[in-house]
Amino acid sequence: MTRAFLGMPTTAPRGVGHLRGEQTFPAAARQALADPQLRRNLGHATATIRAKSAGVIAEVPDWEQLRAAGSAIKADVLARLPELLEQLEDRVSAAGGVVHWAADANEANAIVVDLVRATGNDRVIKVKSMVTQEIGLNEALEAAGIAPVETDLAELIVQLGEDRPSHILVPAIHRNRAEIREIFLRAMPGVDPGLTDEPAVLAAAARRFLRQTFLSTPVAVSGANFAVAETGTLAVVESEGNGRMCLTLPRTLITVMGVEKVVPTWRDLEVFLQLLPRASTGERMNPYTSMWTGVSPGDGPQEFHLVLLDNGRSAVLADEVGRQALHCIRCSACLNVCPVYERTGGHAYGSVYPGPIGAVLSPQLTGVADNASLPYASSLCGACYDACPVKINIPELLVHLRDQAPHPRGESAAMAAAAYAMDHPALYAAAQRATRLSRLTGRRGRGLPPPLSGWTASRDLPEPPAQTFRQWWASR
Amino acid sequence: MRIALFVTCLADTLFPEAAKATVRLLERLGHEVVFPDGQTCCGQMHVNTGYQAQAVPLVRRHVRTFDPFDVIVAPSGSCVGSVRHQHAVVARRAGDVRLASRAESVAGRTFELSELLVDVLGVTDVGAFFPHRVTYHPTCHSLRMHGVADRPVRLLREVRGLDLVELPAADQCCGFGGTFAVKNADTSTAMLADKLRHVVSTGAEVCTAGDASCLMHIGGGLSRSGSAVRTVHLAEILASTEHDTVADERGEQVVRS
Repeated sequence: MTRAFLGMPTTAPRGVGHLRGEQTFPAAARQALADPQLRRNLGHATATIRAKSAGVIAEVPDWEQLRAAGSAIKADVLARLPELLEQLEDRVSAAGGVVHWAADANEANAIVVDLVRATGNDRVIKVKSMVTQEIGLNEALEAAGIAPVETDLAELIVQLGEDRPSHILVPAIHRNRAEIREIFLRAMPGVDPGLTDEPAVLAAAARRFLRQTFLSTPVAVSGANFAVAETGTLAVVESEGNGRMCLTLPRTLITVMGVEKVVPTWRDLEVFLQLLPRASTGERMNPYTSMWTGVSPGDGPQEFHLVLLDNGRSAVLADEVGRQALHCIRCSACLNVCPVYERTGGHAYGSVYPGPIGAVLSPQLTGVADNASLPYASSLCGACYDACPVKINIPELLVHLRDQAPHPRGESAAMAAAAYAMDHPALYAAAQRATRLSRLTGRRGRGLPPPLSGWTASRDLPEPPAQTFRQWWASR
Repeated sequence: MRIALFVTCLADTLFPEAAKATVRLLERLGHEVVFPDGQTCCGQMHVNTGYQAQAVPLVRRHVRTFDPFDVIVAPSGSCVGSVRHQHAVVARRAGDVRLASRAESVAGRTFELSELLVDVLGVTDVGAFFPHRVTYHPTCHSLRMHGVADRPVRLLREVRGLDLVELPAADQCCGFGGTFAVKNADTSTAMLADKLRHVVSTGAEVCTAGDASCLMHIGGGLSRSGSAVRTVHLAEILASTEHDTVADERGEQVVRS
């Protein structure tokens, strides 16, 4: 079923899902920065993934060409998205699947809840998926009396801890093993009370719990890494095998995917299946790549539903500069190289999409006003752009979004005054000379009022020189 | 060669020694330096803070000021980055296609100091003398926006008396980022703390870089923490000669922090 679209594309609705934080980035970051253990955990984890990823990327002689190809395929997809999605719908339907179109998080949640209810089950197993976190599907299922069970180990830790994911790939990156043990003891049904914090013991406990759940739950919900329009094939890549269990054991499989995940041809997977694992986990190839096309009688799920989600993506697509954020394949390479993410962690970003990609994607999905501090959560150092396997120019996008952000009134006035002076050289020279007066305030700027005190809380100001360069030049 | 100096507002106002050193160095190498009147600021602060419309007159002024010159140099990777990667975009977005095309032309003739020396003038030994232990911080925009790569290090290696020590995690941002340092002061400070730790760990007397802005940030942190390490712009090291050291022994200050 296709839906006629009328009017301007809308952003993701408020009151549902996890794209908006409760605090601004600077306020949330301040809390995270005050936790030295968190900073050590993050510093260690990101440095490890960075080194591993750099090693396997260096092995690929045509990495730059692969990046260019990935970027070009995504640009092509975005240029003819409606056509590809309809082709995908045709192929999936022809292979025995059912395609549903969801304009936003509310529609997608309602579709999934109805589908699960129709099966008569009150529990679903879930493959780790960013998009279902984005729309708050777990909360919607729980509200309908359906228990979602996360089967990815890190996602399970987050769920049992009643916590929020803080990394796209490693959602429990902010937790250490002692904390994980406590969470399991508190919340995992049937856990051995003698549980230790040995990684192998913790993994075995999760495996026992999950194995039981896999074997007794006939409905699964997944996301998708890719969907091939020409064949109607869906693909999920993962490391633990929990995804393979969810995608093959249950009777009913419901897959929710953002509309930008479609690729035109089977051949295109050749590019992305090389880019994604190396940029993401630092592996040459991910341990499990599951692909399925509709349903196969007697093999795997006998009922397959694909929910195609917009939730603000059409609005992102409408922005010529901003749309490159939809290239993202959720590898999280930009998080791992970001000096801001490394110090603040993912929760500071408010949205389920943290780090540099989150700082450009979340404000576009919600409208910039609803995430106004995120485009400023970057020093524009450019490490994310270099690391991105599909060449999203994140610094360019951040600057683009800052231009759309609401500005503090005092700042606007100061910027206008500065621009005026800088366009009038005599005034500009007078202003330069006035900086010398700041010598009178003394103490290298200590005692300045906010927002300038943000600088002087930890840094001295330079001593203004006796003479500006242009004064010196004029006196030569 | 006749070279126009794009001084940058920061060096002009707060760090004139870096700009004077650029002039002295290029003149010592036998070139004519001119300082075009009417230059103020490239507008990067406005663009990066979200005020592109207000940057348009500044881009226009910059293009008008520098268009007559064949070779333009700035002692800053960041401001050259703005000229190369932002000016045409800002002009085009404002609907001024002609300005965008002139901005692209000016950008093609604008060089960061180490690029000018190595690529255009073809020198790595500029005849400098600087008898100090030095560590080099590659600023993000010079490193990533236009890949100056090892040019500054090649220049530093040829400086007589200079003991160059490698900075650990050198490619990590110092946390300046323009208004980022004020808007996200806590995060910026956390990034700076790690940079300072690495700088101090080298045992260097001097931390150098190609951008006065990042040096202002690192220097401000060093000063606040009571460290004896000084920040000195790359241009000042390259402009230093034996003559300066003799002057130094007579009690004059050669290197300003």
